[in-house]
Amino acid sequence: MQQLVNTLLGGLTLGMVYAAFALALVMIWRSTRIVNFAQAPMAMVTTFIALRIIEAGHSYWLGFAAALLAGLLLGALVERVLVRPVEGKAEINAVILTLGLFIVLHALASVVFGNRYRSFPAAFGIRGMEVGDMTIALTGFGIFTILAVLAVMGLLVLLFRFTDLGLRMRASAYNQEVARLLGVRVGHMLTLGWALASLVGSLAGLLIAGGSLVHPGYMDAVVVYGFVAAVLGGLDSPAGAVVGGLLLGVSLSLVSGYVGSELVALAALAILMVVLLLRPQGLFAQARERRV
Amino acid sequence: MTRLGRLLRSHLVVAALGVVMIVLVLSSVNDFRAVQLTQMAYLGIAAGGLTILTGLNGQISLGHGALMAIGAYTTALLLQDDEPALPLLVILVVATAVTLAVGALIGIAAARLHGPYLAGATLALAVAVPGIALYFGDALGGEQGLRVRVPDAPGWVLDAAYFVTGQDLTPSKYVAYLGWFTLVVAYVALANLSRSRVGRRWRAVRDDDVAAEVAGIGLGRARVSAFVVSAAAAGAAGFVMATSVRLAAPSGFSLTLSLTLLTAVVLGGLGSLTGALVGAALLTFLPGVVTDAGVGAGLDDIRAAELAPLVYGVVMVAVILLAPSGLVGSLRSVWLRHRTTVKGETP
Repeated sequence: MQQLVNTLLGGLTLGMVYAAFALALVMIWRSTRIVNFAQAPMAMVTTFIALRIIEAGHSYWLGFAAALLAGLLLGALVERVLVRPVEGKAEINAVILTLGLFIVLHALASVVFGNRYRSFPAAFGIRGMEVGDMTIALTGFGIFTILAVLAVMGLLVLLFRFTDLGLRMRASAYNQEVARLLGVRVGHMLTLGWALASLVGSLAGLLIAGGSLVHPGYMDAVVVYGFVAAVLGGLDSPAGAVVGGLLLGVSLSLVSGYVGSELVALAALAILMVVLLLRPQGLFAQARERRV
Repeated sequence: MTRLGRLLRSHLVVAALGVVMIVLVLSSVNDFRAVQLTQMAYLGIAAGGLTILTGLNGQISLGHGALMAIGAYTTALLLQDDEPALPLLVILVVATAVTLAVGALIGIAAARLHGPYLAGATLALAVAVPGIALYFGDALGGEQGLRVRVPDAPGWVLDAAYFVTGQDLTPSKYVAYLGWFTLVVAYVALANLSRSRVGRRWRAVRDDDVAAEVAGIGLGRARVSAFVVSAAAAGAAGFVMATSVRLAAPSGFSLTLSLTLLTAVVLGGLGSLTGALVGAALLTFLPGVVTDAGVGAGLDDIRAAELAPLVYGVVMVAVILLAPSGLVGSLRSVWLRHRTTVKGETP
């Protein structure tokens, strides 16, 4: 019983992080029809920036904020310099480009930060709560994780639903030609979309890193899980990404707890294949039919 | 002579020249270089298969490292004893066939996907496969992996090698010859396939799937067959890798290997076997040069070793942005442009 509760809670916390990561992928997919495989190393680089700042003796929160800001700038830079030339070209070009960027950031981080495992501090306690004689695996940092992701999602909803800027961003994602004719600076909106997505990705990176070890490859599996979560919910649907992330987090946590942690990635692959073969548009996509 | 006959003959002539060159090069290098050349051979075989899949059929695969792992583990399981039950060539065929069968399964699923979806699914494959070796640690050796005992070269091979090259065949060179001859056979097969009706169908599906379907080409069959052929090449590459490294371990088949193969293919130019071989050569010999340069510039060894992937990644991004047809494709188009302008000036 205790194990089941703890497995589910662990899955929920992890699922929140996957949801955030999937949300970042969905935001970029909606605006530019590109799956950003380089999202993982981009988040990793910003986490290392936070680690540098914290190790230099500054507060955790300064590092946290710096990482989010770095994510924002990195996303804008990548879109403006690298992605813009391949937008609208053959989709394989964009895939290869983001994978190339994946390798570059990975290697760059290993050269600059070294590729040892290093422990990353957590802002809150990482000990479980004690209820009666049971230890519940809901840690202080876990609660912070859930709240932080919920807060970011709330802010994104506010931005996209209730502000003029959000409306312009949605218009550019929906139909570039028409948006341009109506006077929206589509290029700026795409850059901003990438920047925001990259910020959300950085947040996911920081939340996964908190209280555990980081090294240049620590996010590699997360990009797979984020992608599976996004496809599960429908690559076009932000709400789907969140539900997909939670479902995947809980499922993978169950696999890890009861079958074996080595098979988590295989389980993610199996879930992905089942979704793609049975319901390729995902659980929440609005489009009636989409070729995958 | 029929068209097919001419085609086969031209590829066989190139292959024969290749064999002569392989013997000349391998008999003049030392064992260290022979091991490096074997690495180039297995990267070349796998990249050749991948370039057919990605360049001719337009399917991307980030899972070819995982397919190599299947070939390598099959080889390792068959080479556990000092006296192997099967001859080495039969093991090569078995490793290729097993990988081909797995590739067919993956190909059936992959045929329904395209672009980023296919990339994501095969990326998941690359991340998932090493976990299988860890989970079934008893049979597959877990983290340490399986040792591969390569049998000694048979007497007639030693005699033949001495007769042709005038020197005794060392074990490393035996494996190097094995790898390169596998490469020649694989490349002749791939080149013939890509020029045949099958290859035309692959290209038709890549360029316009609706038009191809209207013309009576089964999209699913064309995509699955491309994946199967490409997986078979990866299996053969896994065999050569296992015999050369003498180990099949999860760490050898990380995501990096799959991405490295893609780099080789993109560097050389998608769809060109020459390009795949050039890419494999760069991937084999560039790291040494770059790492030495890094150490010379004052980096420690571990960090300097990361400079090579940095260079590949930068080159990969640059190729996509500046020369999407890759090194070989760009050189070819420069040459073609040059030829047409020269012709144009002398009417």
